[in-house]
Amino acid sequence: MAEDIRQYIDFYAQAGKLICERSCEVMNAPRAEALRTFSALGFPTKKVERYKYTDVAEDFAPNYGIALTPLQVKGLPYCHRISEAPIDVTPYYNKQADNQDALVALNTMLSVDALVIYVPRNTKVEHPIQISNILKGEQDTMVNRRILIVLEQCAEADIVITDKAVDQSRFLTNQVIEVFAGDGSHLNLYEVEETHLLCTRYSSVFIQQGRDSHLHHTSFTLFNGHTRNRMDVSLKGEGSEVILNGCVIADKTQHVDNNTLIDHQVGNCQSNELYKYVLDDSSIGAFAGRILVREGAQKTISNETNANLCATSSARMYTQPMLEIYADDVKCSHGSTVGQISDEALFYMRQRGIPEKEARLLLKSAFITEVIETIPFEALRDRLHYLVDKRLRGELSKCEGCKLCK
Amino acid sequence: MEEKNVFVREVAEKKYQYGFTTDVQTEVIDKGLSEDVVRLISEKKGEPQWLLEFRLKAFRYWQTLEAPTWGHLKMPEIDYQDISYYANPTAGNSGNSGNSGEIDPELMKTFDKLGIPLEERLALSGTAVDAVMDSVSVKTTFREKLKEKGIIFCSISEAVKEHPELVREYLGSVVPYKDNFFAALNSAVFSDGSFVYIPKGVRCPMELSTYFRINARGTGQFERTLIVCDDDAYVSYLEGCTAPMRDENQLHAAIVEIVVKENAEVKYSTVQNWYPGDAEGKGGVLNLVTKRGHLRGRNSRLSWTQVETGSAITWKYPSCVLSGEGSQAEFYSVAVTNNYQQADTGTKMIHIGKNTKSTIISKGISAGKSQNAYRGLVKVAKTADNARNYSSCDSLLLGSKCGAHTFPYMDVHNNTAVVEHEATTSKISEDQLFYCNQRGINTEEAVSLIVNGYAKEVINKLPMEFAVEAQKLLGVSLEGSVG
Repeated sequence: MAEDIRQYIDFYAQAGKLICERSCEVMNAPRAEALRTFSALGFPTKKVERYKYTDVAEDFAPNYGIALTPLQVKGLPYCHRISEAPIDVTPYYNKQADNQDALVALNTMLSVDALVIYVPRNTKVEHPIQISNILKGEQDTMVNRRILIVLEQCAEADIVITDKAVDQSRFLTNQVIEVFAGDGSHLNLYEVEETHLLCTRYSSVFIQQGRDSHLHHTSFTLFNGHTRNRMDVSLKGEGSEVILNGCVIADKTQHVDNNTLIDHQVGNCQSNELYKYVLDDSSIGAFAGRILVREGAQKTISNETNANLCATSSARMYTQPMLEIYADDVKCSHGSTVGQISDEALFYMRQRGIPEKEARLLLKSAFITEVIETIPFEALRDRLHYLVDKRLRGELSKCEGCKLCK
Repeated sequence: MEEKNVFVREVAEKKYQYGFTTDVQTEVIDKGLSEDVVRLISEKKGEPQWLLEFRLKAFRYWQTLEAPTWGHLKMPEIDYQDISYYANPTAGNSGNSGNSGEIDPELMKTFDKLGIPLEERLALSGTAVDAVMDSVSVKTTFREKLKEKGIIFCSISEAVKEHPELVREYLGSVVPYKDNFFAALNSAVFSDGSFVYIPKGVRCPMELSTYFRINARGTGQFERTLIVCDDDAYVSYLEGCTAPMRDENQLHAAIVEIVVKENAEVKYSTVQNWYPGDAEGKGGVLNLVTKRGHLRGRNSRLSWTQVETGSAITWKYPSCVLSGEGSQAEFYSVAVTNNYQQADTGTKMIHIGKNTKSTIISKGISAGKSQNAYRGLVKVAKTADNARNYSSCDSLLLGSKCGAHTFPYMDVHNNTAVVEHEATTSKISEDQLFYCNQRGINTEEAVSLIVNGYAKEVINKLPMEFAVEAQKLLGVSLEGSVG
């Protein structure tokens, strides 16, 4: 056994019983298998193509206390603890997540509770559902978070998930989200991360879409320490459409790695991907987006764009947009750029009396705006504009928008 | 209908017209690879001690490696002990000894048939050829004429004997033997290839060209080419290759090294037409090549142009290391795959010097059941202020069973760099075909026209004679793939 995974295996050996007691049958069932997978695989090294740009073992090396607190879900419509879910979750839980991924296996092994968002057929959820994950505590803590989103036929929902950290301790989040979007469903899913430099986040999101379904996912990494987001989308029903967007603002020593896969399994589907990064100081950004068009998935339309702004010479960007196509009647394109703020634009603005600092801010903000503008809710858009602006000015404090201690 | 079938079959059969073998007395050493074999090759070539040591170091290093598997390829298992590493078709004669040696008429005929006349009076004016069959250079033309200008153009074995100081200085300086698995293998067992040296301020008056031919059964070809272009010099170099039709896979693992000095310019063009295997994917050459140019001097320029139509598997990334300030590199590629061919090819542009520029234009065409991948790296080091790269790679799909893939990698470590990449994948639009059909052009011809138009951007970069050949090749490679 590799040394780096020992603390987790030892922990499970001690606390496994407690975890099972606090959890429920459906979550306990795959634990033993997950333990086996995790021990066999160990943390992925940089030789594994999808983990090329992130040192997982290093992120998981510190001695974290592992949180085993069950969720408290009260008064939120459509949201349930897994043990109180209105449906049988057996056909959904851990069915889509990549069980051959060590981090998913670790999550399956250690998660005590899961949040289930279930929207029955033909139901439109009136107001957006907001889930706030608040990292709090004096101790260095690891959290294993699990979310299951099930939208039945023609259901519609908007979900905003935010990550915040209240205390200046080290936090490690390992999250797995599974989304089942039924035929004709509409889901808008937004993730906003505003934590601090000591926070590490590993997120694996698995989405499966049925016929004529529509999904829009945007992830905002506004403030973080190390972040690694994996997104796997399977288009399983004809006529489905997915929009995957993301924006990253990073400075200091932040590290953000987005790794996406859109799997066109059937024909007549559309996918659109737009990721934008603004990198300052010694931050490191990585983007790898793979679009797979399987044999027979004709009439696929797919666009992928990754644009990056490096503001200093010590910032680094790795980008890798990939197309893998096994069908001939398709229109696919990808583009990616790495550049800097244009001197002409700066000159133009300074000529008109805008100070250089302000001009740079405006240009960065405008660069990010393209992603924000794809969000259909005005309220969320305004909020994000406000947050991005504050972030770029360096004024975004960890308590922004959090009412916990007010 | 019947008549059409006959026609189609005829076309299919004549598809690979270089598939013949030459019956010539060939000295082939026993199969297998060991230190003794490396020593034997070195001995046969009468090499000095330093080169033998270089080979042995590479061989020992190679033994510690495992074959890479990361390509987007289904590679047949290669048994390195089942290949003969040296085959000499000039065994009956003296081999390439400049202009004086007698050449086996059978070999002359072979190269005539391939369209590469070895007699200078018959040759296309303006092209000097080094003809390499299996492990041995058969003949190098126009050597005397080039010598007047101080240009050295000969096989690498002769260069080792006649210009050891040059070879020793540059061999392995661009592609070290530790570079990768196949580079280590080649460094241990390489046989012939070309050596070119253009002295300061000389513009090479003719195109230099090497023609590679695999003939003997059960062998591989491991040639090594070294081009050194000194300050303010210019050379255009062409490479062509063919092999007989065989059921077995033959291995071709070459190394090409190019050194470009201050204000010098090198153009390197390849028309690769190794035997691609039959329509069922049996046989064919495995083309696993390491090609790299080092732009050492200020304002040096290097361009790679490749037309890849042959080989069962093509796995190569002609690369440029841009360390000279203001150096410029270009990569133009057309890769065609048909039937069961597989290609994973592209380039690497490594920007180290200030104000360096690179352009990548890659066109992939896949038909039949083939898989065609572009993989490329653009790396901008911290020191490469104002580096500029533009990459564009397009794929064209003909048929619903083939695959086209793009895997570009961009690593940018400098904020003044501007790096762009774009890629598209599509098939020939029905509107275009309809337009041609309407005007009385049948579908096959229409496809050929459209493909040629699509590849024009790259083919235009080839020297004229090659461009004509490449265009014909494109047509032939895709025949039978429509409908």
